[in-house]
Amino acid sequence: MNHERRTVLRQLSKVTGYALALLAGAWPRLGWSAEQRPAFTAETLEETLKALGASGSKESSEIEFKAPEIAENGAVVPVEVDSKLPGTRSIAIIVEKNPHLMSADFTFPEGTDPYVATRVKVAETSNLLAVVKTDAGVFHATRLVKVTLGGCGG
Amino acid sequence: MKSIYGCIRGLLLAACCVTLAWAQSSTEEAIAEYRAMFGDENPAELWQIRGEELWTTPRGPKNVALAGCDLGLGAGIVTGAYAQLPRWFEDTQRVQDLESRLVSCLTDLQGLDEAELLKSRFGDGAKKSDLEALTAYIVAASRGHTMSVSIAHPAAQAAYDLGHGVFYYRAGPHDFSCATCHGESGKRIRLQVLPKLLDPVGARYAYTSWPGYRVSQGELRTMEWRLQDCFRQQRLPQLRYGSEVAIGLTMFLAKNAEGGIMTAPNITR
Amino acid sequence: MADPMRIRAALVGDKVDVKILMAHEMETGLRKDGEGNVVPARYIVNVSATCNERTVLSALWGASVAKNPFLAFRFTGAAKGDKLKVTWTDSDGDTRTDEVVIG
Repeated sequence: MNHERRTVLRQLSKVTGYALALLAGAWPRLGWSAEQRPAFTAETLEETLKALGASGSKESSEIEFKAPEIAENGAVVPVEVDSKLPGTRSIAIIVEKNPHLMSADFTFPEGTDPYVATRVKVAETSNLLAVVKTDAGVFHATRLVKVTLGGCGG
Repeated sequence: MKSIYGCIRGLLLAACCVTLAWAQSSTEEAIAEYRAMFGDENPAELWQIRGEELWTTPRGPKNVALAGCDLGLGAGIVTGAYAQLPRWFEDTQRVQDLESRLVSCLTDLQGLDEAELLKSRFGDGAKKSDLEALTAYIVAASRGHTMSVSIAHPAAQAAYDLGHGVFYYRAGPHDFSCATCHGESGKRIRLQVLPKLLDPVGARYAYTSWPGYRVSQGELRTMEWRLQDCFRQQRLPQLRYGSEVAIGLTMFLAKNAEGGIMTAPNITR
Repeated sequence: MADPMRIRAALVGDKVDVKILMAHEMETGLRKDGEGNVVPARYIVNVSATCNERTVLSALWGASVAKNPFLAFRFTGAAKGDKLKVTWTDSDGDTRTDEVVIG
């Protein structure tokens, strides 16, 4: 009973969310949940980049992308992206071997540095991509992160 | 011919060992780099914030805050308290570590139920542990303090002796003791270097860096958790929270770490 | 109710350096609990930061942001004493807002 009510409420709030998003004309840039965003549910790199609108992305050395060469624990992998590309609008972080590749997508309004640091989960040794959208097109940088096994969990 | 082959094989083996050694050290460097990337941004702070709130907010059937809780330096004094624990407490007539002392305060002062408290002694995801949060807050208030534990009281000396005995006591299906892994330098489990807990360098390093935020579990773990997990790994019977053995071992390790500077809560693997 | 965030915001030169830790499980829906039951997915999907009514960062997250998330960024156009407000919303619709004075 309670569960049903909750589901209905959730559906209602989703519908409201869609409506608001459409009204605001902000869809899909703001989005209301990750499930509703194809980029977050895509299961291949090609699909993810396509859903992100980054299909023709070019490799760039103007993106400073820091990720550890070896992660002692894949559950927490620190990453840092500093874009030197002019007109940077957003930075997305993708983990190629994760079940859902897309980890996060950050949007930088005027006045905010195109820089972000966070920590992501990496399921197994994988390439990580930092995808940077700019006024002059989409660019990316790639880092390989090796995930090791730890000790005996002690 | 044979000897030439042997020679080549020997050389190849030697080269192999050098490569392995090099790979080992470059792996250690890479892992050090991984750890360095966390900086001082430690999720343990989330436990500290919650712990401070638990310490200062009136709670329990008696609706009091923990201002009356004496951790050894006087009622309500938190700063530096952990660096002098475990210790002898007159009121309970027991040697207590921080966690067992907190259980006393929460039950005696606030009127909370001990069994209920112990049910959630270790947090697990959405199930939070108040004891872990309080421990994080109190330990953080000893950062920079020097470990100085007194075993002048006969009961404190007895606790130390018990811990010393348990450290060497071999038992379980693998005939393991704490000393099997932590009695010599240079031992490791896979990539993990195991500190020798008998000399000041190893004991200080290990003791002053616990409790810690455990990256592998996404939880803050206290010394009571650390010890019961060591028992589990040795396939020994479950170590009871706040028991004489747990407190004795803590006393033994704390005393060995004398003079070390507290850095916990840390971020650990 | 969700636990508070820890937000640090410090003016360094003309930029505000922001470092945030959030208390959230970030469940992927792929993990099993001690009894072997799948723990349902639940994770932060939206993060936004505002200062003086101006959005200074917005983010969409998936389940693969690490548990108890960390986030750091920098922005200009604020002074010491201004307030920075950070809000997250998770996939269950739970939300938490915390505010800090820029130091």
